[in-house]
Amino acid sequence: MSTTYDEALANYEPVFGLETHVELGTVSKMFCGCGTTFGAPPNTQVCPVCLGLPGSLPVANAMAIESTIRIGLALHCTIARWCRFARKNYFYPDMPKNFQISQYDEPLCVEGYLDVEVGDSVVRVGIERVHLEEDTGKSLHVGGSTGRIHGATHSLVDYNRAGIPLVEIVTKPVPGTGALAPEVARAYVTELRETLRALGVSDVRMEEGSLRCDVNLSLNRVGATEWGTRSETKNVNSLRSVERAVRSEIERQSEVLSAGGRVVQETRHFHEDTGVTTSGRSKEMAEDYRYFPEPDLVPIAPAADWVESLRDALPELPFERRRRLREEWGISALDMQAALNAGAVAAIESTVAAGASPRDAYKWWMGELARQANERGVEVSTLPVTPSDVARISVLVNDGKLTDKLARQVLDGVLACEGSPDDVVAARGLEVVSDDAALGAAVDAAIGADPDAAQKVRDGKVAAAGALVGAVMKATGGKADAARVRELVLERLNTDA
Amino acid sequence: MPSITRAEAAHLARLSRLALTDDELDQLAGQLDVIINAVARVSEVADADVPPTSHSVPLTNVFRPDEVRPCLTPDEALAGAPAAEEQRFRVPRILDEE
Ligand SMILES: [Zn+2]
Repeated sequence: MSTTYDEALANYEPVFGLETHVELGTVSKMFCGCGTTFGAPPNTQVCPVCLGLPGSLPVANAMAIESTIRIGLALHCTIARWCRFARKNYFYPDMPKNFQISQYDEPLCVEGYLDVEVGDSVVRVGIERVHLEEDTGKSLHVGGSTGRIHGATHSLVDYNRAGIPLVEIVTKPVPGTGALAPEVARAYVTELRETLRALGVSDVRMEEGSLRCDVNLSLNRVGATEWGTRSETKNVNSLRSVERAVRSEIERQSEVLSAGGRVVQETRHFHEDTGVTTSGRSKEMAEDYRYFPEPDLVPIAPAADWVESLRDALPELPFERRRRLREEWGISALDMQAALNAGAVAAIESTVAAGASPRDAYKWWMGELARQANERGVEVSTLPVTPSDVARISVLVNDGKLTDKLARQVLDGVLACEGSPDDVVAARGLEVVSDDAALGAAVDAAIGADPDAAQKVRDGKVAAAGALVGAVMKATGGKADAARVRELVLERLNTDA
Repeated sequence: MPSITRAEAAHLARLSRLALTDDELDQLAGQLDVIINAVARVSEVADADVPPTSHSVPLTNVFRPDEVRPCLTPDEALAGAPAAEEQRFRVPRILDEE
């Protein structure tokens, strides 16, 4: 913890809020039939509607409405019985219509919450609203040194993304988390992502921009009743960045306030490389968007029985699932959180389903595989090993065909794409020497080579057997079962232990 | 009674990215005032039993199934663009509003 951070928290209480944008995984856009494939060549998924050509009219995508309601239900929201889309007017080339179809004072879902586990406590994050809108096009700024607006000579716009259904999930301000604010913010986005994934409404890939966060943060002087001015940090696009952006804003605002300055209400940009935010344009006031009910779309009035049938069909939510799995696996809340943060819960579950014990599955994914993923700087679930590979290795260990050390070598082979665990065992000759005759000969040789150690064991100093076991392990290239070797050594030297 | 000032007209012009002279602002402020006053008369005749309405047809829930339909080719899409580059719409530098 840096001094700046500690000082900030001694004087101020951070209050954060998150606005998360999620691109829905529909096959067609929000108001037209254009496709939504990520990474398609520029302007190949566009039509008169999403290009805002005169005379074109939008029609809402039924699946997008349904997905938004399901998100609202999973977040314990009330679903509006009647609501409208609204026009958000602004002039910027990323929206060719010069307005974005969004929702304003009549969102589809309001007043919910999401429970977030941090350490051994649960923080209930209030959800203010969940609304549906359309995504914007993507601009490429040309001529600037870093591809940013600053210094650019002109911009090139691709409208493939314009009109993809986008759900905005807005939390209420979250006070009272103190020094844990960065961690709670990250845990919220993690839990939200897991929830959206369980619902199957989005691929929630932060690196591809299908899940994006804006972080609002203000500081209140400790003991004050009035809330401070908030800043809004845009496009914070990884879980780690959410945590860093909250922390960085706590430090920055506290420095401004402590120097007698005033926090300005503004939009800020987060820089992944340095972890700090810089000032962007000052925020346009809501009235500048001149919202009004969208005249080209009729109101939405979800039938109560339809909403109830969607509620009944919700999948098991991550919070409940983790509670069930914790009981099934017999692990602590903290161990489960570690697995969640490592993105390994599904992998462990599948490994158990493929025949491994929960204990072994957890040990492999959160031990050796987590280490390997960390070394490669990737998420554990993206390693080139399947849950059935891991289950197979753990079965081979339990059957005595592999020692732990050999098992790690087999895993290395699988990760190097040498084939299945059985292929690697065969190709690298890694099977345990379990033939007692062969082991016996190696034990005899070790005893013969180290009579001192042998005598000590005969005299009752059982610890001396370690040297003999080590010699046998060395002689067999580590392919013997150490426990069995030890038994054979003690048997031959006539001791009971 | 609304009375649109020149400052309000200038603010609207800025939001609409229109460069207007002071004379034009004065002229438009007056015209906007007339338009708004005309529209405001609707509320004089609407009684409390007439609910506000945003749509002329009493319809709700007009949706389309989530199906992909043919779209334009990039050439068709860019045909009306004042400038194109790398199969994208080329637009002037966006001013950073700092
Ligand atoms: Zn389209």
